[in-house]
Amino acid sequence: MEHYTMNLTLKVWRQKNRQEKGHFETYDMKDILSEMSFLEMFDVLNERLILENKEPVVFDQDCREGICGACSMYIDGRAHGPWQKNTVCQLHMRAYKDGDTIVVEPWRSAAFPIIKDLMVDRKAFDRIIEAGGFISVNTGNAVDANSTPVDRAKSEEAFDSATCIGCGACVAACPNSSAVLFVGAKISQLALLPQGDPERKARVINMVDQMDKEGFGNCGNIYNCEAECPKGISVENIARMNREYLGAFSSSEMQTRPNPAKHNGV
Amino acid sequence: MTWKQLLTSSLGKKYLMGATGFFLIIYLIVHASVNALIFYDDNGATFNVVAHFMLHNYFIRFLEIGLFAVFILHIVQGLMLWKQNTSARKINYYRQNFPREIKWYSRYMGWLGTFILLFLVLHLYNFWAGTKHELYFKGPSNDLYKEMKKVFTSPLLFTLYMLGLVSLLFHLLQGFQSAFQTFGINNRRWIPIVRRIGIFYSIIICIVFALMPIAFMAGWLQ
Repeated sequence: MEHYTMNLTLKVWRQKNRQEKGHFETYDMKDILSEMSFLEMFDVLNERLILENKEPVVFDQDCREGICGACSMYIDGRAHGPWQKNTVCQLHMRAYKDGDTIVVEPWRSAAFPIIKDLMVDRKAFDRIIEAGGFISVNTGNAVDANSTPVDRAKSEEAFDSATCIGCGACVAACPNSSAVLFVGAKISQLALLPQGDPERKARVINMVDQMDKEGFGNCGNIYNCEAECPKGISVENIARMNREYLGAFSSSEMQTRPNPAKHNGV
Repeated sequence: MTWKQLLTSSLGKKYLMGATGFFLIIYLIVHASVNALIFYDDNGATFNVVAHFMLHNYFIRFLEIGLFAVFILHIVQGLMLWKQNTSARKINYYRQNFPREIKWYSRYMGWLGTFILLFLVLHLYNFWAGTKHELYFKGPSNDLYKEMKKVFTSPLLFTLYMLGLVSLLFHLLQGFQSAFQTFGINNRRWIPIVRRIGIFYSIIICIVFALMPIAFMAGWLQ
């Protein structure tokens, strides 16, 4: 691949904390290498800011391998930047050319309050998982492997749902700030497998209930979540959640238990 | 889980939008079919007979109450969802771009619905208020065919009706397949078929409706 250097203008959202109003600050970036990742360019910026005795830009990052779901930047109006099925850490500067201006914003959603600059609080996702995104397994003797038969096609489908890294790009990209793709994927990965079956009804009710409490918007079937998801999670997961929820509502045991959380083993 | 829990949850609200939307989709087929009787080139004689039947039949008038209820539910719920979705993002993006596969009209269902609502007010004033005046206040007898001719030969009303239909077209294009997704009917086997039927339905319905003002305006119908 052709090697080149470029000069760029960065417009970055700076915000001291949750309460204070944020603003854009403009930085001139000189001699950025085409091989750098987008986050490495931010490292260069931050080193410079530290040397100038200024506050570095705070952003989330962890593995820098595209699998942890920590990085979260809204770049030029797209979650995780211009490339499809990609995370910010895997976005490379060869996507840009000399003289470009790049606008970088945090995920914007009332349910993801800004901690500082480009870092947002995504604990709402953790609380949704705590509400039911697990299976209850009692400790004791380990059961034989393969004692529970799993259909090959279903296990593949469950795996596709389980590739969700919980980064929140779906919420960030959704014009309504809806979290249904995330919740749909987390419900699907368990609903598709026999191990997830016993608790499936209480699970979908509790997780949807928690999602609503967190203040996410409602799904408008626009499907920008699927288009922007770094793992390409399909909106079929949302449809499955819709079916599961209606099924749980219609089932006799959920009619007799107004609060299924008490039954959930947690 | 109670009914209240279901209908106040985010998914429950969507079921309500989808269910009322389905009902309105079916209603539009009836509406378009009955109105298409004007094309029987008999100066509206057939059409007026059916219109008279619709107006004086108790069963139809009972259904009309249900239709109004469904319309109001769909409108009120839609406006509430719109408000809730807007407030779920307190600060808007400075820049937000959408990939090409995202249909622009899917993001403007609230606006399209509002245009249709405004159109509906005009439409009820033009064609519904008069018939009710006749029925309940012993007003003058309505010749709906003549009314149609009067309305559709006015350039202003003609334009407003066409704009209303354009809004309806895009609202249906998104709404039809959206209702299926809401009720969980979305997988690789069914969704391509649902999408095609949705596009076919939306276009046919809007063309049939559009032909009515056009026919009067162009003088095909006298």
